[in-house]
Amino acid sequence: MRRSANLSIPARSARFGRRLVPALAVGALVLAACGSDDDSADTADTTAGSIAPADSTAAAGSTAGSTGGAGDCNATLEAGTLTIATGDPAFSPWVIDDAPETGKGFEAAVALAVAKEMGYEGDAVVWTRTTFDEAIQPGPKTFDMNLQQYSITPERQENVDMSLPYYTSNQAMVGLDGSAAADATTVADLKDVKFGAQAGTTSLDFINDVIKPTTEPFVYDDNTGAKAALEANQIDAAVFDLPTALFVTTEIDGSSVVGQFPASAGGTTDQFGFVLDKGSALTGCVDAAITTLTDSGELDAIQQEWLSDTTGAPVIAVD
Amino acid sequence: MTAAPTRRAAYERAQRRRAAIIATASTIIVVTALIVLVPRASGWEKVRQAFFDGDVFTDSFPRLIEAFWLDVKILLWSTPLILIVSLLVALARSVRSPALFPVKAFAVVYTDVMRGIPVILLIFLIGFGVPGLRIVSRTWSDPVIWGTVALVLSYSAYVAEIIRGGIDGVHESQRAAARSLGMTSHQAMNTVVLPQAFRNIVPPMMNSFVSLQKDVALVSVIGPVEILRQAGIDKSKFANFTPYVAASLIFLAITIPCTRLADHLLARERRRTGATTIS
Repeated sequence: MRRSANLSIPARSARFGRRLVPALAVGALVLAACGSDDDSADTADTTAGSIAPADSTAAAGSTAGSTGGAGDCNATLEAGTLTIATGDPAFSPWVIDDAPETGKGFEAAVALAVAKEMGYEGDAVVWTRTTFDEAIQPGPKTFDMNLQQYSITPERQENVDMSLPYYTSNQAMVGLDGSAAADATTVADLKDVKFGAQAGTTSLDFINDVIKPTTEPFVYDDNTGAKAALEANQIDAAVFDLPTALFVTTEIDGSSVVGQFPASAGGTTDQFGFVLDKGSALTGCVDAAITTLTDSGELDAIQQEWLSDTTGAPVIAVD
Repeated sequence: MTAAPTRRAAYERAQRRRAAIIATASTIIVVTALIVLVPRASGWEKVRQAFFDGDVFTDSFPRLIEAFWLDVKILLWSTPLILIVSLLVALARSVRSPALFPVKAFAVVYTDVMRGIPVILLIFLIGFGVPGLRIVSRTWSDPVIWGTVALVLSYSAYVAEIIRGGIDGVHESQRAAARSLGMTSHQAMNTVVLPQAFRNIVPPMMNSFVSLQKDVALVSVIGPVEILRQAGIDKSKFANFTPYVAASLIFLAITIPCTRLADHLLARERRRTGATTIS
């Protein structure tokens, strides 16, 4: 009688195994169905390649291995369609209401402006989503370009291409009123502050490499975790890029940006760029588009439309 | 004992030797095939770089060991708590007095609900939710504390069911015999039923313990940097998955002895109950 109790364990796992196989098969079918979703993309070849006249001589159609120069604006994953990725979900003020296709929010607007310069408009632009981390790992990409506040760093550039910057940001701290971080004027005042930040971000590196607090910072999967920890009184301050920090303060009662760090802090400026596949032929084309938008002042205009004034937050000296 | 073996004993020894030879040969063939064939795959070199990078391994390993200490601490705190809570829940579910029905109903609802909620949600809910109410001081808002509470609540439901199964598995005649000797219902439970029940449930309990060792890592979603989070940070830093390989080696160093022990206990239990192994 007791023996049967013992035997029930392997018996159950065997049954589970038999059930798992059809489950996997169904999963594969669902994935396949999702994958064939975007075959509605029209081939708007006529609009592609309008910019960067120099590339008329470049070898068209070579998808990889030809970086530098003006790039090839036709070298997208799917001919005639530009696939742009952002976070899932995408956060304000970068993308408003998690709907990048509307062009509302700073990064949504920048992406559409860059796409337009590259010769892709309307239906020729397709949005997709990736996590922050997966897009900067080596390997095949599901997007032509990806933007979700990726700081340009040499480490990332070893694995992926990064475009010229479309925005330069300071790191900033959000704290509740009366927070231990509130009265700091230099980084030295922040040693005993309990920090939080998102994993894999330059904000976390900044805490560990520049502030070097005595207690280890808490680390979260995304900004939502850092916000919840602030509200739960588990951390004194969370570090974000400044526009995100300003937005976070609007969502948490009694919080404010208690300090921002100069862009040069820690020896690196925090500049956001598009992430592209390593050696992508598109990189040169994206760079050219960003240069054009910067020179024409359009990038500045987008910034003023979507990002709040960042000059108000107190500046904290980095020694 | 060393008298001349019977024909049956000799036959069984020959059978065992034959089984051992076949097992060794088949293991050698499979392992050799893996060692020879896997590196021949066209993508092996890339996979090797991404998962088995020696430099990344040595760089991240000390940090991972340090972070693993937090996992061990959470495990050591939560295990005795789980045993206590689950025993209480199991006893509550086993009460037979009609007056105590509300207790029994609570235990049933508790196990149903807690087993139905994903551990990760419970950790978010309790880890951020309880300190978020601002009824506890700053020191007691620590996510490690509330993450542990969430693990204890979830695992207690599972372990309570194991214990209840053990209690139900003790034949009713044991209780009847105890009562007929003049024991009270309490005495029968404590001195006759529970000791037998616990012997039966040690192996499944070890299973839960091994499972808990890995689920401890889920506490990292509310902030604490334990081994899996540290591995994730290092993975991003090096754009290489070797830190996860290093982390799993550290986990294995703990879980393998536990699973071996569980198997050993299971085998002993089989011998004790006289069940013969049928291959």
